Amino acid sequence: MSIQQKNQLLRFTTAGSVDDGKSTLIGRLLYDSKSIFEDQIEAVKTSSEKKGFDYVDLSLLTDGLKSEREQGITIDVAYRYFATPKRKFIIADTPGHIQYTRNMVTGASTANLAIILVDARKGLLEQTYRHSFIASLLKIPHVVVCVNKMDLVDYSEEVYNKIVADYEAFSSKLDIKDVSFVPISALKGDNVVERSKNMTWYEGSTLLYHLENVHIASDFNHIDCRFPVQMVIRPHTLEYQDFRGYAGRIDGGIFKPGDEVKVLPSGFTSKIKSIELNGTPIEEAFSPMSVTMTLEDEIDISRGDMIVRPNNQPEVTQDLEVMVCWMNQKTLQSRTKLIIKHTTKECQAMVKEIQYKVDVNTLHRIEDISQIGMNDIARVSIRTAQPIFKDAYRRNRLTGSVILIDANTNETVGAGMVI
Amino acid sequence: MGTYYLPHLKELEAEAIFVIREVVSQFEKPALLFSGGKDSIVLAHLAKKAFHPAKIPFPLIHIDTGHNFPETIAFRDALVEKLGVQLIVGSVQESIDKGRVREETGVNASRNALQTVTLLDTLEEYKIDAAMGGARRDEEKARAKERFFSHRDEFGQWDPKNQRPELWNLFNGRKHMGEHFRVFPISNWTEMDVWQYILQEQIDLPSLYFSHERDCIVRDGVILANSEYITLKPEETVERMVVRYRTCGDMPITGAVLSEANTLELIIQEVATTRTTERGTRADDKRGETAMEDRKKQGYF
Repeated sequence: MSIQQKNQLLRFTTAGSVDDGKSTLIGRLLYDSKSIFEDQIEAVKTSSEKKGFDYVDLSLLTDGLKSEREQGITIDVAYRYFATPKRKFIIADTPGHIQYTRNMVTGASTANLAIILVDARKGLLEQTYRHSFIASLLKIPHVVVCVNKMDLVDYSEEVYNKIVADYEAFSSKLDIKDVSFVPISALKGDNVVERSKNMTWYEGSTLLYHLENVHIASDFNHIDCRFPVQMVIRPHTLEYQDFRGYAGRIDGGIFKPGDEVKVLPSGFTSKIKSIELNGTPIEEAFSPMSVTMTLEDEIDISRGDMIVRPNNQPEVTQDLEVMVCWMNQKTLQSRTKLIIKHTTKECQAMVKEIQYKVDVNTLHRIEDISQIGMNDIARVSIRTAQPIFKDAYRRNRLTGSVILIDANTNETVGAGMVI
Repeated sequence: MGTYYLPHLKELEAEAIFVIREVVSQFEKPALLFSGGKDSIVLAHLAKKAFHPAKIPFPLIHIDTGHNFPETIAFRDALVEKLGVQLIVGSVQESIDKGRVREETGVNASRNALQTVTLLDTLEEYKIDAAMGGARRDEEKARAKERFFSHRDEFGQWDPKNQRPELWNLFNGRKHMGEHFRVFPISNWTEMDVWQYILQEQIDLPSLYFSHERDCIVRDGVILANSEYITLKPEETVERMVVRYRTCGDMPITGAVLSEANTLELIIQEVATTRTTERGTRADDKRGETAMEDRKKQGYF
C-alpha cells in the first residue's frame, strides 16, 4: 500500500494506424497488467462475434464512440489507465492518420513518453516520420521505438538492427533527447511484459520494464521559477481578515518561503511569506504542485500575473514566434484576429504573418503560402494585445505553450509552441 | 534534482485542484453536482482544499430522484453543514408532478433517465454555467473520450465528434449565451486512485460503502436492495445478505456486491483483486452497448 502511494505517474502517447498493431499492444499492456475487467472483456467478445471476427478485437476496448465502433477507426483521443506495483500509467491513445494530426498533437501535449510503432516487415514509413516529428515538435522527453511483428520476420536481429540504424540516421535531424528501441511482438507477447525467448540476442529491457523505470522526475522544469496566478483567495472572515493568498500551479522552478520574488507585469518585488495547501505549510513548491502563496507585502496581483525570481525572468513581449498546429476546418490567413491563451492569461492577438509550413512527412519547409488548413503545422508570427511572459517551449512546455481561440465560435483552433 | 517529484496521488490532486480553480476563475456561476457517491465526496474534499481558508465559492447541486438510499441523504446534509456551503436540490418527483417527465412503468422502471430533465431544468433555473461532476474516464468507454472542460449546447447536449481539443494546462471555457460546460476535475483518476486517496486523506463516506447486512433480491445477476421502490417479480425472494456498494446511485438500480470488507484497507484490497468494473453493477448501463453515450448526448451527467 504505502509503496503504491509513492508511485509516480507516467503519461504516454501511442500513435498508429489500423494495422500496425497499436490496439493489440495496448490490449496486451492492459491485459497482462490485469487492468481489463471481466465485464469489459465479455463486452468486447460479444461485439467481436457480432462483427463476425474469429478473434477478440482488442481495439474495441479503446474505440468508445458509436461512430468509431461502426467504422472501426479511432477518431478521437481515448485515455486508458493501468497500473503496476511500480507506476501508474495514463495512455493517450490517438489515431495515426495524417488527417488526425491535431489529435496526435493533443495527446502528445501532456505526455512524458511516446511509443512509436514500426512494422518489422515494412521498416520506416511516412507515418513513422510524422509521429516522430510530432514527438519532437511537442518535446516529448522520451521516445520508445517498438519494432513490432518481430514474429513475422523470424525474430531476425539483422532486420531489427537495420531499422534501428535507419531510425537513428533519421532522428539525428530531430530534437529528441532520449530514444530507446525494443523489438517486440505485441500479438505473441515478446518483450512487452515478458522477456522474449525468441530473441536471446536482445539484451535491453522489455517495454513494460522501460515504462516502469525510465527517469521522469526531471521532465518538469525545476530551474526557472514560474508561478502564474490563477486566482486570489480572500476569505473575508474574522479569523483570516487580512489573508490574501495567490492560488495557482507551479509551472517551473522551486519556490521556498523567504525567497525574494518579482511580480509581472507590475515589476514589484517582495518575499514569500508562506506556501500552503489547505492550511498545511509547504517547504518547497515545484511543478506540478497546486498551492496557495502569500507574500510579505500587499501588492496588487490578479489572475494572469506571474510570480518569478528577480534574477531569472521570462521574456515580457507582445511579439511571439510560434510553431502552430492548426486544428480547425476554417483556414488561417495572415492578419487574422484571435484570442490567445498563455498560462492563466488570455488576450486578443493577431497572426501577422505565416512564415512557412512543414510537410510533416518529409520535414521540408513550404514557403510563400497565404493560408494554412486543418492539421497543418506552420511557423507564424503573432502580435498580442497585452504583454505575454514567455519562455521558449523547449525550455518549459507549460510557459512556452499557447492555444488560439476563434472569438466568434469560441472553438480552440490552434495549438502553439513558442520558439 | 532527482528528488523533486510528486507521488501519483499528489499529482492527480494537484491537477484536480487546478481544474476546480480554473472553473471558478473562468465562469460566473459554477456548481458542483453532488450525488452522495464517493467520487462527488472526493470532489467536495478537493474543492475545500482548493480554496482554503476561504469557503467553497459555489453551491452543491443534488438531483434527488426520490429513490435515494436514506444514508445518502443523511450524509449529504451533514457534509453541507460541515463545509458551510449552499445546497440546491433538484427534485425528480417535482418534475413528474409538473408533467415535465413521465414516470417509467414496469418491473425495471427507473428514474435514472428522468434525472436528465430535472438536472437541465435546475441548471437553467439557477443559471449555472459550469457544472462540475465526479465522472472519471476509466468508468465507461464513452467517458474515456470526455474532456476536462466539456462543452454543452443550449439544449444541454454533448457532441462527442465535435469536441474542443484540450492541450497542456490550457482550458478553454468560452461559450455563447445559454450554453454551459460540464467539468470533470477527476477525469484522470481510476477507482483505485479514488479509494487510495480516501484512505490517505481519511475522508468520511456513507456507511453504504462498507460491509453491512441488508434485505436483497437478485435480478438478472445483480444484487438489489429490497425497498419500497422495487416491484418484486413472482419468482423473486428477499434474502438477508452481507453486502456493500461500489457506487452509489438509485436504490432500485444500483447493484451491491457480496463483501465482508468493512474498512478502507479491506475495500482497497478487494478493489485490487476484483475482476469487474464498478459500473458492471449498474442496471442503467446494461440498456445497450452505447447506453452511456446516448444518455450523455442528451445531457446526462
